[in-house]
Amino acid sequence: MILAILTISLMAGLFGLILGYAAIRFKIEGNPVVEQIDALLPQTQCGQCTYPGCRPYAEAIANGEAPINQCPPGGQATIAALASLLDTEVLELNAEHGEHLDVPLVAVIDEQTCIGCTLCIQACPVDAILGASKHMHTVIAEECTGCKLCLPPCPVDCIDMIPSQQTIDDWKWSAPPDPLELVQDA
Amino acid sequence: MLKLHRFHGGLRLDGHKTESLGRGLQQASIPGRLFLPLRQHIGEYNKPMVKVGNRVLKGQVIAANPSLICAAVHAPTSGTVSAIEDYPVAHPSGQSDTCIVIDADGKDEAVEPTLVEPLKLTANEMIQQICRAGIVGLGGAAFPTSPKLSRGKANGIDTLIINGVECEPYITCDDILMRHCAAEVLRGTGYLQQILQPTRTLIGIEDNKPESIAEISKALAQTPLTNTEVIPIPTIYPSGGEKQLIQILTGKEVPHGQLAFDIGLFCQNVGTCVAITRALEKDEPLISRVVTICGDNIGEPGNWEVRLGTPISHLIELAGGYGHAAGGHLVMGGPMMGFSLSGDQVPIVKASNCIMVMREETIPHTPGYHDECIRCSKCTEVCPAQLLPQQLYWHARAKAWERTQEFHLFDCIECGCCSAVCPSQIPLVQYYRAAKSEIRTAQKAQFKSDRARIRFEFREKRLLLKKQKDEERRRLKREALQKKHAKPGAGEPASDPVQAALERVKQRKKSAQEESQ
Repeated sequence: MILAILTISLMAGLFGLILGYAAIRFKIEGNPVVEQIDALLPQTQCGQCTYPGCRPYAEAIANGEAPINQCPPGGQATIAALASLLDTEVLELNAEHGEHLDVPLVAVIDEQTCIGCTLCIQACPVDAILGASKHMHTVIAEECTGCKLCLPPCPVDCIDMIPSQQTIDDWKWSAPPDPLELVQDA
Repeated sequence: MLKLHRFHGGLRLDGHKTESLGRGLQQASIPGRLFLPLRQHIGEYNKPMVKVGNRVLKGQVIAANPSLICAAVHAPTSGTVSAIEDYPVAHPSGQSDTCIVIDADGKDEAVEPTLVEPLKLTANEMIQQICRAGIVGLGGAAFPTSPKLSRGKANGIDTLIINGVECEPYITCDDILMRHCAAEVLRGTGYLQQILQPTRTLIGIEDNKPESIAEISKALAQTPLTNTEVIPIPTIYPSGGEKQLIQILTGKEVPHGQLAFDIGLFCQNVGTCVAITRALEKDEPLISRVVTICGDNIGEPGNWEVRLGTPISHLIELAGGYGHAAGGHLVMGGPMMGFSLSGDQVPIVKASNCIMVMREETIPHTPGYHDECIRCSKCTEVCPAQLLPQQLYWHARAKAWERTQEFHLFDCIECGCCSAVCPSQIPLVQYYRAAKSEIRTAQKAQFKSDRARIRFEFREKRLLLKKQKDEERRRLKREALQKKHAKPGAGEPASDPVQAALERVKQRKKSAQEESQ
């Protein structure tokens, strides 16, 4: 009887030590789900979801504070990916936050009108605008995420959002029409 | 005698080779205006090296890019650059791309070649010369040859394979080239051996080309190439695919995610061999290629050596014009893997091995409706890549892109065997191509968003650092000020100039009073 109690207590103590050590040694910094959600978001940092960037929105989703359908740049594809990651239902994109565009936008500065005030440079979340005070500014089109955050601060309204240039490499083979849909239409 | 192996599946197709073989290799005249797309290879875009109005000579570089995976474009004849604009190009989308337009002056004046003895060059010098000549694989993929050679040389090559298979029906450009330029094919093979130092070389030719086999064997007997063999292989489509030919000749399979040179093998097309010979011996860049023109709507099917940039309409005119009705349906490549062109103004590029001119009626247009899959698994039996086309089809149709990748969608070589045997006439390859495009687009978007994340996080970090620095600076300043105020140091009155001045004035007044008294 005593031997049994002693053995069990000893084992319990030993396992406790191992678990305690493991908890310290393999401690995970931050919530890994946030990282996974953040990886699926399009990183436009546009704030259309009402959060100040993609990561805060990812944190809100992880904490159950926000639904997964508030990201217009990601569109239905991102919603589907999030639903599959979080094992929840696929929702329709919430139209209040904006609509999804197939061709992403890119900002263009009208260089004739630009007065070189640097306000847009400070607003750009990905440092995609190049310029200096009282010098003409320009957008690095490849880095622009199309977030429109540079539009409101511009005092002379010289920034336009245009659809990004589609090259021959962006062209996609189209799938054959679905026979089921063809039958339904007929 | 080398033991031949068999690859999985494949089809025996009607060759339709005789139609275009009757007239030998003909030289096409130079058209008045040539259109040269900036990119005619797999890889990065070239940048124009000439301006509108410049006069160019035959063989002059007109577009280049120092990037590794790139092949320069040369002027195919002398003339004047009349435009650098978007024109329709040979692409399945039918879209336009930037072309350099040259108005030929008819003189065909060439740049003075710098001739060197190729046998005296080192391997690297030879690769550089091949790079300067803008040579790409002429079998159809148009991958730049010089980076492939550099990688092959670095990896060490055991077997060099020269691809003279040309398995797709109707196409005969390699066949005619082997018949007429056998010596050049073999000299090119020799140069490849000089670069790669393989232990053996195999020249694979399908047994439906007995004349080519005879010509190459005859030429081989006259050259001192060591350990080189001509191997006739059975005619089965797609034995000309690189991986299939490797399997037939060596029995080895190129593992998933690897390339031939990763397992010590190196494949090169016979047309590329000829281009290499001309580049090394005559300093002649790649400015022309052999093109088969055939189909049921062309006057005289045949093979032509055509300058790159020649509009297809010019070639059709040379080949007896349209047969039945003007216009018709144009396909670049063969009936199995080719794609439709937007019109006959499209120019011949480095990858154009065959132009099929078909009547609209005979083209099996992709049907709007296809029957459902009956799970007969015929597609699986014929798939040379040993994939499961049926599974790929289900997942591609359901847009389950991840699942298609689990079934190795990207190992599909798009040979079209599965579509050809499908009793429900499902355009399987079209489903796979669409799925591949969707996946590639998603990967590009992912790449862009990852980049944006890095830039965003970097910016946040930078702003935070700046804020911390500013605060630190302010703190230091504050502390310094406080220190100054805290110690009213000794000797301060003496050093105060105002006090001193007042003292002096007082002194002066005092002395003035004393004097007046």
